[in-house]
Amino acid sequence: MKKIEAIVQPSRFDAVKSALQEVGVEGMTVSEVRGHGRQKGHTEVYRGSEYTVDLLPKIKVEMVVADSRKDSAIQAILRAAKTGKIGDGKIFVTNIDEAVRIRNEDRGETAL
Amino acid sequence: MRRRTSRLVLGGAVFLCLLPFGTFAQAPPAAGTAVASEVQDRIAKLEQQVADARSSGDNAWMLVSAALVLMMTGPGLALFYGGLVRKKNVLATMMQSFILMALITLLWALFGYSLVFHEGSRFLGNLGYGVLHGVGAAPNADYAATIPQQTFMVYQLMFAIITPALICGAFAERMKFSAMLLFMVLWSILVYDPMAHMVWGKGGLLNASWGGAFPTLDFAGGTVVHVTSGVSALVCALYMGKRLGFPKEPIPPHSVVLSVVGACLLWVGWFGFNAGSALAAGSLATSAFVATHFGAAAAALGWATAEWYAKGKASVLGAISGAVAGLVAITPAAGFVGPMSALVIGAAAGVGCYLMVTKVKSKFGYDDSLDAFGVHGAGGSLGALLTGVFAVKAINPIFKNAQGAASAVGLIDGNAAQVLNQLVGIAMAWGLAAVGTLVILKIVDVTVGLRVSEEQEVQGLDLSQHGEEGYNLEV
Repeated sequence: MKKIEAIVQPSRFDAVKSALQEVGVEGMTVSEVRGHGRQKGHTEVYRGSEYTVDLLPKIKVEMVVADSRKDSAIQAILRAAKTGKIGDGKIFVTNIDEAVRIRNEDRGETAL
Repeated sequence: MRRRTSRLVLGGAVFLCLLPFGTFAQAPPAAGTAVASEVQDRIAKLEQQVADARSSGDNAWMLVSAALVLMMTGPGLALFYGGLVRKKNVLATMMQSFILMALITLLWALFGYSLVFHEGSRFLGNLGYGVLHGVGAAPNADYAATIPQQTFMVYQLMFAIITPALICGAFAERMKFSAMLLFMVLWSILVYDPMAHMVWGKGGLLNASWGGAFPTLDFAGGTVVHVTSGVSALVCALYMGKRLGFPKEPIPPHSVVLSVVGACLLWVGWFGFNAGSALAAGSLATSAFVATHFGAAAAALGWATAEWYAKGKASVLGAISGAVAGLVAITPAAGFVGPMSALVIGAAAGVGCYLMVTKVKSKFGYDDSLDAFGVHGAGGSLGALLTGVFAVKAINPIFKNAQGAASAVGLIDGNAAQVLNQLVGIAMAWGLAAVGTLVILKIVDVTVGLRVSEEQEVQGLDLSQHGEEGYNLEV
């Protein structure tokens, strides 16, 4: 099983969610985060002084999928989230040791 | 409607008065005298009713005005200042305004009103009205002949409340709550009460209505409220020092949304502050109302334009600050100047205060956190000065010559010397505020300690001073 963490532009999130549902990924955890890679922030003005805000709002989507689904999930995210500009985000993949469905205590890929 | 009815009533009374002379001229003297005195009684009663009706209108307006001015402090100023500080200090900042609503009321009731409005010396009243003795339903003709003195007292109380609250903008995010309370008690007694007495109290040195030695025109408190609090704010900012991280770290407002709401409440409330200072519901109140509104409008445009030109964008914070600056500047002028002059005063304040808080503040590097000096101190001084320029007898014939006719008031009226009188009043306010505040800061510093510890400042005043968090939005 693989955990896919995708950090995407907030404006692309709806498209990403739909694309993932289309390829059969239905469980996900979504959080609002702030961060940046190489993207510059923006300047704001307060009482005539300018200052840079370089922590930008992003959406983080986390999902755990079966190994066989990993590539189609990544492709779906890329299709939906990519604009070609700096600030599009990143995708990270890690291994998952165990998964358990709390309701009925299923384990392994059946719990996904 | 009331005017027409009262005129009809009066006309009828006069007719009735003349009737006996027409129809009973041949009647025996006894009957004629009885009717005549009955008519006199009725006229007297009618006159009383007319006076009561007029009082009723004035009193209604003044009570509403008092409520409007209180609203300026809570929630107006509480929101305006609250939105400008960091989230961790929002409650503490609002508490400073709120608690003064209670604290100053107590002081005013016990002796504050007396020290300001009872006769005494040229600098301070005596305690004749202590515990509001003698302040009841009967009007005090020295100040406002058509409303109960109690109305006048409670109206003035709202001014006494908001003035110290303005100072909090200077030491936001770093003063101990206990220190602030002690500071405010002392400031109210040592700075506000004398200044208010000098300008508004009978026998006051600067009183323009009663031939004070240096008659300073101050309709609603440009010097008494804004210059004193603004200069005190500057002294506090300099004495207490900058916030941790200032000016390297940007410390932007946590919610300009709250500040916008607050500023709008201030604008609306200011009609009570300025137009209510006419102390009656007549045409002078209207004139002050219009001047107030025009001043705010011109200043908002002035600041926004200046900022747009200088920075490429007109910020919302700038626009609302501009409006407040205009309201401050028009405060001393409201009941003395015409509407077009109000536009000029507003525009000058908008641009002038913009330069104060951007250029001057950054040049000298003091941390007047919420621009209490830049807006109130500077705006108030500018407004008081321009009052001497634009005041005209056509609006308010406050000066009379030896024959009792109205004489020139301000510069454009033909009395350039008034500008000098204004300068004296402004200088008095600066001097009293600066010296008084310095002394008080020293006392409080030595007894209670002014500033919170570094740890408390980092943690935030809401937690460290009040044990609370402003927003508990987590699940």
